[in-house]
Amino acid sequence: MQASISISSSSSFAPVAPRSVRPPALSYSTGQLRFCRLRREAFGFCSFNQSCSIPIHGYRMRNRLPGMKITASVSSNGSPSKGFDYDLVIIGAGVGGHGAALHAVEKGLKTAIIEGDVIGGTCVNRGCVPSKALLAVSGRMRELQDEKHLKALGLRVSESGYDRQAVADHANNLASKIRGNLTNSMKSLGVDILTGVGVFVGKQKVKYGKVGFMDTEITAKNIIIATGSVPFVPNGIEVDGRTVFTSDHALKLEWIPDWLAIVGSGYIGLEFSDVYTALGSEVTFVEALDQLMPGFDPEIGKLAQRILVNPRKIDHHVGVFAKKITPAKDGKPVIIELIDAKTKEPKDTLEVDAALIATGRAPYTKGLGLENVNVVTQRGFVPVSERMEVLDANGNVVPHVYCIGDANGKMMLAHAASAQGISVVEQVCGRDNVLNHLSVPAACFTHPEISFVGLTEPQAREKAEKEGFEISIAKTSFKANTKALAENEGDGLAKLIYKPDTGEILGVHILGLHAADLIHEASNAIAMGMKLQDIKFAVHAHPTLSEVLDELFKSAKVNDDTAVPLPEAVAI
Amino acid sequence: MGLHKKNTNEQFKTDRYWTTNLSPYSVISVIQRKTDGKSWYLVFSATTNSADRAHSRRPRYLSFSVRFFFVMSMPSLLSFNGNSAISFSSAISTSTTRIQCRPILLSTKVRNFSVSAKIREIFMPALSSTMTEGKIVSWIKSEGDRLNKGESVVVVESDKADMDVETFYDGILAAIVVPEGDSAPVGAPIGLLAESEDEIAQAKSQANNNTQSQPRSDSDSDSSPSTPQPAVSAKNVVQQGPRKVVATPYAKKLAKQHKVDIASVTGTGDFGRITPADVEAAAGILPPKKKTIHSIPVVVAETAPLSSKPASLPQIPGSTVVPFTTMQTAVSKNMVASLSVPTFRVGYPMITDALDAFYGKVKPKGVTMTVLLAKAVAMALVQHPFVNASCKNGKSFTYNASVNIAVAVAMDGGLLTPVLQDTDKLDIYLLSQRWKELVGKARAKQLQPHEYNSGTFTLSNLGMFGVDRFDAILPPGQGAIMAVGASKPTVVADGDGFLGVKCKMLVNVTADHRIVYGAELAAFLQTFAKIIENPESLTL
Repeated sequence: MQASISISSSSSFAPVAPRSVRPPALSYSTGQLRFCRLRREAFGFCSFNQSCSIPIHGYRMRNRLPGMKITASVSSNGSPSKGFDYDLVIIGAGVGGHGAALHAVEKGLKTAIIEGDVIGGTCVNRGCVPSKALLAVSGRMRELQDEKHLKALGLRVSESGYDRQAVADHANNLASKIRGNLTNSMKSLGVDILTGVGVFVGKQKVKYGKVGFMDTEITAKNIIIATGSVPFVPNGIEVDGRTVFTSDHALKLEWIPDWLAIVGSGYIGLEFSDVYTALGSEVTFVEALDQLMPGFDPEIGKLAQRILVNPRKIDHHVGVFAKKITPAKDGKPVIIELIDAKTKEPKDTLEVDAALIATGRAPYTKGLGLENVNVVTQRGFVPVSERMEVLDANGNVVPHVYCIGDANGKMMLAHAASAQGISVVEQVCGRDNVLNHLSVPAACFTHPEISFVGLTEPQAREKAEKEGFEISIAKTSFKANTKALAENEGDGLAKLIYKPDTGEILGVHILGLHAADLIHEASNAIAMGMKLQDIKFAVHAHPTLSEVLDELFKSAKVNDDTAVPLPEAVAI
Repeated sequence: MGLHKKNTNEQFKTDRYWTTNLSPYSVISVIQRKTDGKSWYLVFSATTNSADRAHSRRPRYLSFSVRFFFVMSMPSLLSFNGNSAISFSSAISTSTTRIQCRPILLSTKVRNFSVSAKIREIFMPALSSTMTEGKIVSWIKSEGDRLNKGESVVVVESDKADMDVETFYDGILAAIVVPEGDSAPVGAPIGLLAESEDEIAQAKSQANNNTQSQPRSDSDSDSSPSTPQPAVSAKNVVQQGPRKVVATPYAKKLAKQHKVDIASVTGTGDFGRITPADVEAAAGILPPKKKTIHSIPVVVAETAPLSSKPASLPQIPGSTVVPFTTMQTAVSKNMVASLSVPTFRVGYPMITDALDAFYGKVKPKGVTMTVLLAKAVAMALVQHPFVNASCKNGKSFTYNASVNIAVAVAMDGGLLTPVLQDTDKLDIYLLSQRWKELVGKARAKQLQPHEYNSGTFTLSNLGMFGVDRFDAILPPGQGAIMAVGASKPTVVADGDGFLGVKCKMLVNVTADHRIVYGAELAAFLQTFAKIIENPESLTL
């Protein structure tokens, strides 16, 4: 509520403000914006459109310089440096590009963003956002189907069912709503949205336009590559979009196969297994590594398998590659030929109704004209320094060119891309900034959710061995949390990896109810460099799930208070 | 710490517990819990983890360092002697005594009670009350290793957690019967423990016998179908000869749970695969009033839920299973739903000479017998609105505002009931035109829902096949259905005793007795017969 009020006031205020007093007006609005940047995405649309669209347009018409592109702006997109059309041009309007653009405007840079497809990129249109809509449905379906759980709560539900098309529409509507919010948040700040594909022509020079008609050239002091990624489909797998498909198609939920094979058991595969099993499918995982969920901390992965895989209608084949996948045709099912991941011997053949390829994502960097700035991609990824500066073929920094998000492959998460973008803008503005990737949380939105930040236990042990420090592990269970027990959702574990001598947090892993929302206390602590001995004095409301972390921090033993003598016996 | 402890006790609802130290770092505890007059004993040991030990710290997370041994329900297996030493039957017993092992004293007195046999079997322990089988995560010790009492030997994964299983005997791990990654039911031998090196060979041969005599439940990795096909080359199992067994993930889970040999189940699912229902049928269990997840059907009219079918009949070899088409599914549902309606039948003969003559006259104008009959029914229904009513909820009559006659039409492999709407209001020529359109649409499968589900009365005619009488099933949502037989020349005696040959047709009406009573139905039929016998009124 507060957010919506502050925004509508800033948007109605700006048009009245005379041009000459721009600096105070700008600082006023940036103050607002910095504070609630994310919320503005959600509310910007309505306040802007309903109350102010006409006066703003009028204002813009009279005041805009001729030749300038696009749209109404409330707070101003700064004026460019001498000799350049823009201070900053961002190629790709996904979450990374969007985050960078907003921060750039806030810092007074004249900014343009080039997008050849839809605003919002993968996350908003074909990734995190629509999948959350489906997971919201699957979570509720699970609750309604879990008779034991309902009974324990004293609830009776006679029957549960769903309308596939309505579920699919929900996901689609959410995507278009968020896309609208994102577009409007950029338009309202006056970011120039240039439609088409962006290609490097030379140093600080980009041309854009529809493929084949790229005739508009612009110059920019700095350029950010934020072109993202596409689903990766290994060789031998024939994707027909109907029976063999990627996450792009799966999110449209065109049908619910009785039996779905999911190739890859990372977050994407796991989230889709949650969706499809809740909607009645049976699932078979095909994983090339020797265990499911290879990206997670092993202990969390094991528990996740116990909670998210074993009790469900899911089986799995590990240590195998899907060598060949043939879509269903001529009355035959989808055929998956499995070979041993190590020996390459044929191992088994699966016959299923559909196969979802969730083997990861490949960078989308082809046709960017990187050769014109002497950059060679590595497996498609744009090589970058820790400051996201693009490196050329010789490993030297290409000045004024940055790459953020999936395209650099450092951490393929929407919010990581956005954080990298903000970090780049800070540098462009002359403030050195290095993003600590170990403070970037990640989450998998299964039921219950999984989240983590920092190092896994094996990573931490390896690092400890290399650098010669000690690590300790602390764990708490959701079973001991009042709120979790009230919800009758006691499954779960929170795990802390820390340095016992300094109290530094190395990693936190949570599996349990609302884990994705709980992780931020830990990620913020890591980002701020907070120590366990300090954070354990922070107060948590009771009873809340956050107390799981409270318990976790409190249970850590930082060296100065470890002098508790070992008692003789352990009472149980 | 406090919270965990409290919680642990709450969860187990401990009635009594005993605890004794094995060493400064480990403790063995027995929890007694009484339920339903039975005592359960949960025996487990807690060992501080090595990190804590190294720092001589108080163990912090009990729930993570506790190692469960087993849960016992028979108090006879557990006794406590005076000096608080705990004796109990361990997960390990002698090969000679098998399961009926004697209580063996734990603590230093073990030796005194130890049994004379030299080779002991290590059994799959029950780690929780719900555990039926366990998976060997890893063998901590390998064959030939010397074991000391209290050492962890193997890590077992139950339905709840991974736990270390310890030995209570000194000895040598002679043979591993169930390798890592495989599962064994609770109580099955998973390894053999020899007392001295001399017995190792003996133990090994025993282990071999074990593995041979006891076919392991095939795990996912090496499931070769046990079809008795003589020459299937083992190298290329890529679909030659008999199809391999394909079972869905949940079907496999169920088969394991109910100990059904999946290879012996006949698959009825798509592509002949074994579905969960097949396994349930093979295991002889009825699906517990299955709460299937289903998307909401779009077309099919609302029907009563299918009553769960009795144990499925054995499949006759060589038979093929063809799933219902959508139309057939809808018919099946409607037919089953009709069983919940109490119906009765009334038959009525009528003379059709006049009708046949009339039909001859209007036939050139495109009027069919179907339309004539429908029109006659509609006219009779107008006078007997009870028969045009329906009973939707078992509590009230629903009088339909219009008379819509549905006519059953056989289609390829199915049955449709196109509806002549407002049959009472339209004349026979218009009706004939409508009917022609409807049949065309039905053939092309283009009928709109209102064109097949808005009927208030159904007409079914098998006369063209020479059927003289039959009985129709009342479709859900309607009050009555009329079954029309063939009109056949019959010797008829009239009131004056004169014999004559007349065409007689038998009409049989099935009606919902909740709303239509015998006398009303008879009266309706009488009206209908009058119309048939004086067909000129049909043109009115």
